[in-house]
Amino acid sequence: MSEAAAAVPANRTAPQSAVVQPGRRVVDIRDLGLTFETADGPVYALKDVNLQIEQGEFVSLIGPSGCGKTTLLRVIADLERATGGSITVNGVTPEQARQKRAYGYVFQAAALYPWRTIERNVTLPLEIMGVPAAERRARAAKYLELVNLGGFEKKFPWQLSGGMQQRASIARALSFDPDLLLMDEPFGALDEIVRDHLNEQLLELWDRTGKTVVFVTHSIPEAVFLSTRIVVMSPRPGRIIDVIDTGFPRQRTLDIRETPEFLKVAHRVRAGLRTGHGYDD
Amino acid sequence: MAMTTDVVAAAPGVPTLFARAAQGRALPIASMLLAVLALWYVGTVLLNAQLQIDQFERDGTAWTTSDLIAATMRMERPILPAPHQVVAEMKQTIFDLRPTSKRSLVYHSWVTLSSTLLGFAMGTAFGILLAIGIVHVPTLEKSLMPWIISSQTIPILAIAPMVVVVLGAIGLKGLVPKAIISMYLCFFPVAIGMVKGLRSPDMLQMDLMRTYSASRWQTLRLLRWPASVPFLFASLKVAIAISLVGAIVGELPTGAQAGLGARLLTGSYYGQTVQIWSALMTAAILAGAMVAGVGLIEKAVGRVMGGRP
Repeated sequence: MSEAAAAVPANRTAPQSAVVQPGRRVVDIRDLGLTFETADGPVYALKDVNLQIEQGEFVSLIGPSGCGKTTLLRVIADLERATGGSITVNGVTPEQARQKRAYGYVFQAAALYPWRTIERNVTLPLEIMGVPAAERRARAAKYLELVNLGGFEKKFPWQLSGGMQQRASIARALSFDPDLLLMDEPFGALDEIVRDHLNEQLLELWDRTGKTVVFVTHSIPEAVFLSTRIVVMSPRPGRIIDVIDTGFPRQRTLDIRETPEFLKVAHRVRAGLRTGHGYDD
Repeated sequence: MAMTTDVVAAAPGVPTLFARAAQGRALPIASMLLAVLALWYVGTVLLNAQLQIDQFERDGTAWTTSDLIAATMRMERPILPAPHQVVAEMKQTIFDLRPTSKRSLVYHSWVTLSSTLLGFAMGTAFGILLAIGIVHVPTLEKSLMPWIISSQTIPILAIAPMVVVVLGAIGLKGLVPKAIISMYLCFFPVAIGMVKGLRSPDMLQMDLMRTYSASRWQTLRLLRWPASVPFLFASLKVAIAISLVGAIVGELPTGAQAGLGARLLTGSYYGQTVQIWSALMTAAILAGAMVAGVGLIEKAVGRVMGGRP
């Protein structure tokens, strides 16, 4: 890890907008382990995780609760530190990547600050990064439009529904145009109809911008619909038991959920989740 | 069985009574005020009766019960003055006298208020700074907290004269020593409330700041500080009331030239209970007004910060 980090010159500039370099490795995880020391002995949250993610991919992490999918996402984001193995993000350590604002993170809850208007919630990262006020307003307008929240700039979070709040939080993650989006069950708390709608919007956004997305979910249809690759995980210890390439076209609609190919992939994900132990590819 | 029926029968009447009382807030407030006044008058008669009986006997006048009751309410130096005596004294000393007069309660209130507000401002600033330090430097909590807490266990009456004497020795007189006593009392609720307030952001809100690589200063300014505002106002309401207490106590050992504390002190020297009570009532009204003022500012700030109406 340290050699790889040293090989890449430190990039001190502000986050760059997406320059699509197909095949560029965004996340490289090798033999990663994370063990929490607790009073009842060690808990193996992650063990022997190997995963490489290329630019432009949409990778879903799916598994039952306790399988470490959120922990893995938090390790990529440098919100947790691995205790073994190596991980690089954009060729550097997760900490360096975080300091370069390499990713936008969308949490399970919208986590909007209740004292800021929707516009000022979206511009929060820009304010931290020192973007001038006029530019901040322009970006807020652009990304709120993108998530269909145009006209809600001056509202406060409590005046919006749960789905709208989550969309605002996605606009916030997009506002500084990171190449990498880390999403932790962003639609988990929403009803089926809103979730379908947001899935389509997210897919369209991903297709248009060429961003890399790592997406945690426990919904099989959601994972199959959104992903180019599905990583099936299993608990105790948290590990990867199957990686499935979906092979759907980049532009797709919810209709593909009725196709045999879709059902086949969904079946394999379900089978992987059911066995939970060493799925033989 | 009979009891159950009674309860059921009575039940419909009870909510309507309460509902009517709760609809306008005037009724409960008025009834409480009347109850307090009634108790006060009863207390006036009972407490002053013996004094007045002695007076009647010294003067050799014959008296009836109604004479006695009437007389207990217009004594010059009663043990407990009647409410209307206090109100009359307040009307005279607040409205009838020139505000610059040494007997005017407006003058004395202003003297006390100015050191209250200065002490409140200093105490609030000091409390906030302490809280910021404690939240950001882990060792500060362990090293400072025992001092902060023990500072509040010392009776203010014991420490106030020393503060006045020590500060007087270095040439600080008048407003500043009193303000420092106010500050000594009022930094405490602010510090305690703000430590809690600055720590009130949840894990998710803190993680969000981390994903942006926000500095500690940015996290303080953009997250911890705005999140602590409700805690700040709760603390300020306590702090401003005890600031007034601090200022009044600070006036007692200063030789009592001016201020509500001075009125209390001269009142007790000369047995002027009416003067003591009117100073006390004025202090209570001032404290109530200041707490209400903080409440108004809180509402205004709440509106700007997107509070629900």
